[in-house]
Amino acid sequence: MSLTEAPPAPPADPREPVLRKPSTRKRLVPYWLLLPGILWLVVFFALPLVYQASTSVQTGSLEQGFEVTWHFQTYVDALREYYPQFIRSLLYAGTATILCLLLGYPLAYLIAFKAGRWRNLVLVLVIAPFFTSFLIRTLAWKTILADGGAVVDVLNTLHVLDVTSWLGWTESNRVLATPMAVVCGLTYNFLPFMILPLYTSLERIDGRLHEAAGDLYATPATTFRKVTFPLSMPGVVSGTLLTFIPASGDYVNAELLGSTDTKMVGSVIQSQFLRVLDYPTAAALSFILMAIVLLAVTFYIRRSGTEDLV
Amino acid sequence: MPVLRWIRRNLVVIAGLLTLAYMILPNIVVMVFSFNKPNGRFNYAWQRFSLDAWKDPCGVADLCGSLSLSLQIAFWATLGATALGTMIAFALVRYRFRARGAINSLIFLPMAMPEVVMAASLLTLFLNMGAQLGFWTVLIAHIMFCLSFVVTAVKARVMSMDPRLEEAARDLYAGPVQTFLRVTLPIAAPGIAAGAMLAFALSFDDFIITNFNAGSTVTFPMFVWGSAQRGTPVQINVIGTAMFIIAISVVLVGQVIASRRKNNARP
Repeated sequence: MSLTEAPPAPPADPREPVLRKPSTRKRLVPYWLLLPGILWLVVFFALPLVYQASTSVQTGSLEQGFEVTWHFQTYVDALREYYPQFIRSLLYAGTATILCLLLGYPLAYLIAFKAGRWRNLVLVLVIAPFFTSFLIRTLAWKTILADGGAVVDVLNTLHVLDVTSWLGWTESNRVLATPMAVVCGLTYNFLPFMILPLYTSLERIDGRLHEAAGDLYATPATTFRKVTFPLSMPGVVSGTLLTFIPASGDYVNAELLGSTDTKMVGSVIQSQFLRVLDYPTAAALSFILMAIVLLAVTFYIRRSGTEDLV
Repeated sequence: MPVLRWIRRNLVVIAGLLTLAYMILPNIVVMVFSFNKPNGRFNYAWQRFSLDAWKDPCGVADLCGSLSLSLQIAFWATLGATALGTMIAFALVRYRFRARGAINSLIFLPMAMPEVVMAASLLTLFLNMGAQLGFWTVLIAHIMFCLSFVVTAVKARVMSMDPRLEEAARDLYAGPVQTFLRVTLPIAAPGIAAGAMLAFALSFDDFIITNFNAGSTVTFPMFVWGSAQRGTPVQINVIGTAMFIIAISVVLVGQVIASRRKNNARP
């Protein structure tokens, strides 16, 4: 087809809803379909958030009960006491997200363009870890990173640990119970959530675009920078969100692979709620975490210009 | 240097395979350590080969009870979330109605929220209502967070469906029920199945929300969490490995059947 030729008229989109004049009974159908599920979400997702907001401004004790007193000081106190855990959570989750992107992109690219007939096998191998409970797999990292184990020995011989301990990521002779172990666990646990959206958006790219770029004398690096990467942006955005959001609230990796110096805000919320039973502080912390994540997500989605994520 | 040139040319493949190794390594460790005979209470260091744990997978108190509880919860949560989610997905794609934006956000938000926030807020609701924490509160929570994922999976499939197929069915005098059962449902089935599988996996493996809302009920992930404090029995690795092998075989058998069918379709 030459470029001067007029493009054929686009076929009518078959997904366009067919408009008919429905009867009243028919008009109610969507509401009946929505009702049970939406009710479930309202009662067990939205309403709890309201309860949590109210709990965060209550004062009282377990014995005498709590009462709404609009005590906003709880927020100030909670932030003053636990800001290191907040900063740590965002820092660890952010680092893990970047690592997931750096590690996941080549693998997603490999599956989409290079795997050929091995594609399904590699995809199964990416999803396969899911089939073993993630807690068991996280515990396996305790063995892998164990003091005096193979990984620590190799890193020691290569003097990597000297550098990382100088940076404060590890100790001079151990990886377990350090920030690096926690970030390593987070990266590991959320990698599939990065790879699958990346793969989906890469797979949609028309291979002929690569050929066209090559025909126009683009080097492979330029092709990647100007064609492949921009077209994979939707995958990058949803992958980073699917990694960062759960990672920021995670406390499993911090508790299993870290130490008291690597506690994240999830651990604090958990212990305030389930052990200390200081509900207002726990609710306030949880509310702040929610606000930070929602603000970050909104800002990020606006910046990257992809609104259509659902 | 030809070696260097080869590495440069295959850099993406090498990096991708290294990532794959990073993702598979813990599974291999879990598998290998299911044959370990540890000295102390913790199964973190290799001692010697033994089949003891495989011979007696339920040999640890409460382990298999927690496993069966997790399977039950995952089954009912999958059923509930798939039914409710499929209905929502059909309404979203096929009908026009008011407050679409609000409903879309209500479905999107649970996926855009750290799990610990949902867990904590749901617990405040249950505490305020004076609900007894246990099987039912966990089931309610699981249906809640699986719902959005089912909607997303089914919606994608229904959206790519050609409505002209249903019109054709109506033109051929199929009633609404018949059209739905014999045309719509079979076409939407892969999306519904994908949503259901996702829901099952999410529910079975959930820890954070369950930990908040289970009271003294112990699901399998909670058993593993507790054992990380008290001592990890080798049987945990046996269960993990068995789950892995079962799931992989199901996937492989499915692949074989699918490719057989394809080959039969074009003789």
